[in-house]
Amino acid sequence: MTSTATPPVGAPPARQEAGKGMRFVNWAANYVDERTSLSGFVKFLGRKIFPNHWSFMLGEVALYSFIVILLSGTFLTLFFQASNAEVVYDGSYAPLKGVEMSAAMSSTLDLSFDIRGGLLMRQIHHWAALVFVASIGLHMLRIFFTGAFRKPRELNWIVGFLLFILAMAEGFTGYSLPDDLLSGNGLRIIDGMLKGIPIVGTWLSYLIFGGEFPGDQIVGRLYMLHIMVLPALVIAAIGIHLVLMVVNKHTQFAAPGATERNVVGVPILPVFAGKAAGFFFLVFGVIVAVASFVQINPVWVYGPYDPSPISAGTQPDWYIGFADGALRLVPSGWEFQTWGLTWSFNIIVPVLVLLVFLVLVAAYPYIEAWITGDKREHHIADRPRNAPTRTAIGAAGVTFYAVLWAAASSDIIATHFKLAVEHVTYTLQALLILGPIIAYFVTKRVCIGLQKKDREIALHGYESGRLVRMPSGEYIEVHQPLDAYERWRLVSYDSYQPLMVRPNAAGRIGFWQNFRGALSRWFYEDRIAPVSQLELDEAAKHHH
Amino acid sequence: MTTTDHELPTRSTGIAVIEEHPVENPGFPPVRPRVTDLDPKKEKGQERRIVALFFVSIIGSVLAIAAYIVFPIVPGDMLSVRLNTMLFGVGIALALLAIGFGVVHWSKALMHGHDLVEERHETRGSEATRERAVEIFHEANEESGFTRRRLLRNTLITAAVVAPLPAVVALRDLAPMEPPYDLLKHTVWKEGTRLTRDPSGTPIRAADVTLGSAFHVIPEGLNDLPDALEQKAKAAVLLMRLKPEDLHVSPGREDWNYQGIVAYSKICTHVGCPVALYEQQTHHLLCPCHQSQFDITQEAKVIFGPAKRPLPQLPITVDKDGYLIAQSDFTEPVGPSFWERVL
Repeated sequence: MTSTATPPVGAPPARQEAGKGMRFVNWAANYVDERTSLSGFVKFLGRKIFPNHWSFMLGEVALYSFIVILLSGTFLTLFFQASNAEVVYDGSYAPLKGVEMSAAMSSTLDLSFDIRGGLLMRQIHHWAALVFVASIGLHMLRIFFTGAFRKPRELNWIVGFLLFILAMAEGFTGYSLPDDLLSGNGLRIIDGMLKGIPIVGTWLSYLIFGGEFPGDQIVGRLYMLHIMVLPALVIAAIGIHLVLMVVNKHTQFAAPGATERNVVGVPILPVFAGKAAGFFFLVFGVIVAVASFVQINPVWVYGPYDPSPISAGTQPDWYIGFADGALRLVPSGWEFQTWGLTWSFNIIVPVLVLLVFLVLVAAYPYIEAWITGDKREHHIADRPRNAPTRTAIGAAGVTFYAVLWAAASSDIIATHFKLAVEHVTYTLQALLILGPIIAYFVTKRVCIGLQKKDREIALHGYESGRLVRMPSGEYIEVHQPLDAYERWRLVSYDSYQPLMVRPNAAGRIGFWQNFRGALSRWFYEDRIAPVSQLELDEAAKHHH
Repeated sequence: MTTTDHELPTRSTGIAVIEEHPVENPGFPPVRPRVTDLDPKKEKGQERRIVALFFVSIIGSVLAIAAYIVFPIVPGDMLSVRLNTMLFGVGIALALLAIGFGVVHWSKALMHGHDLVEERHETRGSEATRERAVEIFHEANEESGFTRRRLLRNTLITAAVVAPLPAVVALRDLAPMEPPYDLLKHTVWKEGTRLTRDPSGTPIRAADVTLGSAFHVIPEGLNDLPDALEQKAKAAVLLMRLKPEDLHVSPGREDWNYQGIVAYSKICTHVGCPVALYEQQTHHLLCPCHQSQFDITQEAKVIFGPAKRPLPQLPITVDKDGYLIAQSDFTEPVGPSFWERVL
């Protein structure tokens, strides 16, 4: 194992035979550096170490799919006309010839059917967007379940959370642009939700749609958000996200030699850059391959938006599903009138539930940090089992999200499995409450079980599968002890015990102190301690 | 985890358990060389493979360009669109994937093969840096008088807060001058407007509406309006004929149906999707967006789902030629609820 040596900076390496090409490179490097100090940047970043683990690529997938989105989206803007103006379609898709539609829909059809590669670009753009949101979601789950959000990375968790929200906003605005029947009904739902908001709702909808729904403004306005404001925010947030990652350095998993004070892995130049650049091409290539073969969002099948028709099985792109599902699960009758004002709790409640859920996700690092009171920096990522309560909370959250998501397909579940949609809805309503509770307890027990197993293996070795008959006639299975390197992964983790609630100077125990004590009991009462050296020595004695 | 693993033990550890006899980190395991590190022949072989991948990529790019030219789109021929999309895409995908596999393989098999180590430093600045930063702020404050000249500072802050307000006010004209309430409470239906088929606009005779049938209806002349879509989003109606004895008519609505022909707003009272699915047997209307169900025999009362209010009924009758006409506009606002709905 060697330490990174600082490469000599400034003077070109003398050993290089200064051929013609090399002379140019030297001249160019010098030219740039004398005007930008770029050598300092190379010195700072060039040999930074990046740890290896497959799960660290999820964020990379998100970044690379965003680049694919930018590239394919730029192509689409060359042909798309963001306008609600009525035109009569006269392109090559025969079934819609002569039909009145917006310029947005018409130009979408034109770029799909009359521009070579246009449909491919649309499908690349749509698939890449789905991959973008999905990979951000998985990346967040990875961060959550390994505790990589802990100090000093809480702020970067917030930035990442904002990126998740921005990605969904990008997705929804883009999905609505072609002004087809499916996306138009999506906008209709947004209009209805806006109108249900107390006090400001009616005006919000009126201002956003530029008059009554659907109006002749909305496509242009969404387009402005979709290709200017939101991408600018996404790019800014990605910039902050990556700068903070460099400042904080990446987390790593517990491994022999890896500590809280070092980073073990590959240098950015050349190995990480090589793997990352190659991986960008792989992500790009896979998206293009999928887009070549698998149709997505065939707007010509749905037809142009018209407020009257609709097809059965209407549902949004997957990442909006959880919000649509929340609307579907509201029981009948949650709307009241008082003092002549209409309270649409069938809208207010699901919107609030989603907001609370999202706020909890964003705030979780601060909640856990407050409970533990741990002000140290954490750079070793947890194995999920070693933080059983956090992992259980995560599983409960995933279940909650999954039930809302399933609810967005309640009608399709009903028709597919030949069930009554009412029964599917009732079941999902019950699952929304019970599912997370069950997931919590099951996950917590599984984690604790795995921790106990880890202890067992660390102390007594793993089952070798070799049966030995002792002179006494007894059969035993030989346990193969671990070597120190293997053992380290099992015994090295942070461990907490519940807070001892103590009276303050005035002899009283305050509410918050009590509350924090209760939360810490909830989190850490079932603690499985990591194996200590004393226990190891004891176990070793016992074996001999 | 041992305290020594965390820099600066002065930082509060909270409720973390500090193990007195922790297992020591065994340090780095011995490096395991790859076959390409040991065998120059294998290294050469891998290099050749990667070169081959880069050639494959070039071929993919050429294929993509060839497909673009050789398989053009023939107007009206959907198969040509599919072929162009697929072959152009396959070429590009091949070009990209081959580069990707090649570069990743180069990185993993041929580049420097084992882990390197870099020290971490605490994220916060060093004490000296932090002190200097505080000092700079003090100096800047002293030199500008930011806290000393309170009136100056506070008027500046107030001015800066007020300055964006004109931009907020300017958003008012996102929507027309007239407030939305009247628009939301009225539709183009009025006394004598004929019920016509959606989308053709041909009028409907009462005699055309046989028992059990359902019609998607728009008001006569809708398609000629400049704001046809906005009006349709409120005025769309579903027309159904039931046996008169199946209808439970409430007082005051006795003459709103014509011999069992009833007309209801098609716009869901939940969030406004078209309630377009009619179950003939049960006389239920189903909204495909959020599964609200309305019972036509009970004046479109909600029997399931998140909607609260029944679909508004359009009072209808027939004119002297036997065509169905509206008696008036809807008697309440149609579509999703809004705050000022009953004001």
